[in-house]
Amino acid sequence: MTAPSLEVSGLAYRYPDGTQALYGVDLRIERGERVALLGPNGAGKTTLVLHLNGILSGGLGSVTVGGLPVAQENLLEIRRRVGIVFQDPDDQLFLPTVRQDVAFGPANLGLRGAALEARVAAALEAVGMSEVADRPPHHLSFGQRRRVAVATVLAMEPEILVLDEPSSNLDPAGRRELAEVLRSLDVTLLMVTHDLPYAMELCDRSVVLSDGVVAADGPTRELLADTELLARHRLELPYGFHPSADPAP
Amino acid sequence: MGAAHTRGLYRPGSGPVYALPAHVKIVAVVAFVFAVVATPATAFPAFALHAGLILIAVRAARLPAGFVLRRLTVELPFVAFALALPFFAAGERIVVYGLTLSEPGLVAAWNILAKGTLGVAAAVVLAATTRPYALLEGLQRLRVPSIMVQIATFMLRYADLLTDDLRRMRIARESRAFTARHLGHARIVAAGAGSLFIRGYERGERVHLAMLSRGYTGTLPDTGTVPATRRDWLFAAALPLLGALIAAGALLGAA
Repeated sequence: MTAPSLEVSGLAYRYPDGTQALYGVDLRIERGERVALLGPNGAGKTTLVLHLNGILSGGLGSVTVGGLPVAQENLLEIRRRVGIVFQDPDDQLFLPTVRQDVAFGPANLGLRGAALEARVAAALEAVGMSEVADRPPHHLSFGQRRRVAVATVLAMEPEILVLDEPSSNLDPAGRRELAEVLRSLDVTLLMVTHDLPYAMELCDRSVVLSDGVVAADGPTRELLADTELLARHRLELPYGFHPSADPAP
Repeated sequence: MGAAHTRGLYRPGSGPVYALPAHVKIVAVVAFVFAVVATPATAFPAFALHAGLILIAVRAARLPAGFVLRRLTVELPFVAFALALPFFAAGERIVVYGLTLSEPGLVAAWNILAKGTLGVAAAVVLAATTRPYALLEGLQRLRVPSIMVQIATFMLRYADLLTDDLRRMRIARESRAFTARHLGHARIVAAGAGSLFIRGYERGERVHLAMLSRGYTGTLPDTGTVPATRRDWLFAAALPLLGALIAAGALLGAA
């Protein structure tokens, strides 16, 4: 039996200013699962994400990725295994051309030459962005930039892809295109969002994080049908959206 | 947005000078400037020869003369300073066309003008034929401290975003019927600048976080720069070597 892609147990964290953000989070994600992490603003979603690759640490509990504990001595390998796509692609794409940016991660891992080029080509191919490789990121549309941002972490061949609000600021077509890309990837996926229909479209399983603890964990369709649960955690379905009316995947 | 292709001093084109690796060109231009500066101010024929070298470089780079002349206007403030020198400098005075001028002042003015113009012209050729990012990669190859190259890289990348932010903030102000009419409004504009600074700072933190997440350890991996061949070095060395010969000739002639 292979180790789960992600195992978080008893994770608690208090920021240096005294704000307690996580109060003991337990979460296990098997290889190949697609999971939505739902929760209102301030629930601790971002804090949890930043623990997954060791940017934040020092609280209680543990995180392991593909069996490897997140610890100082494993940091480079952990950051290869956990690919975080941040909310604003302009934060992620900081180099002059798309190609250089996609190469940045694997180059930090020591890849050079033909092996590096192959990685970059494969990652851009996976998100359908091969033809923009030599363009500067600021010449791309927002949706294209987000897909390139996904490619920048795919190029590191991660064990788990973590997306922070992947659908934010996308137009409907960009949203659908990104969904198609994400569905086509053969990788474990954790999607942080409060876009509930998007969670339903892409993830069979959802986890509700609220006030620093996992408040619910189950099939997305069931969670979204539980209006009382949603209301307790400041989650709301968009007007006119009924989870039962949605076509089964 | 299309303007970003030609933003800055770069002029899209092709040819042997464009094809040279950036670090080779940087070394050639800096060495040439040293040769020019080493030439004694009164060795007038030497400056004509230096100017000839620059003309050849402009031709080799296939830059139009008008373009180079327009770019040279950047040195105008120094020209104004140089022109004032003959009037105000001390020393022996001579009469030129009815004006009483200081002779050392005249030589100093010529010195600034000639050396300044040659240096700026060489820099114009460099900047016009080398993309801004290639210049930075060249500096990195030349072992300029990595942190400085990275700062300049980020500045280039994020300058557009910051100007966009600034433009949106101005539109938002004006949409609420604000126009800066008198000095009292400076406070409002300054507050905008302050919030732009905070936004820039916060973006810097987010970019850093995203970089750490992809295994950044403090240096940008060099993946794209073109190594220079011996031919590149020889071709580029022609400018500073000939410049050095001219300077040496002038120095020996003066001795």
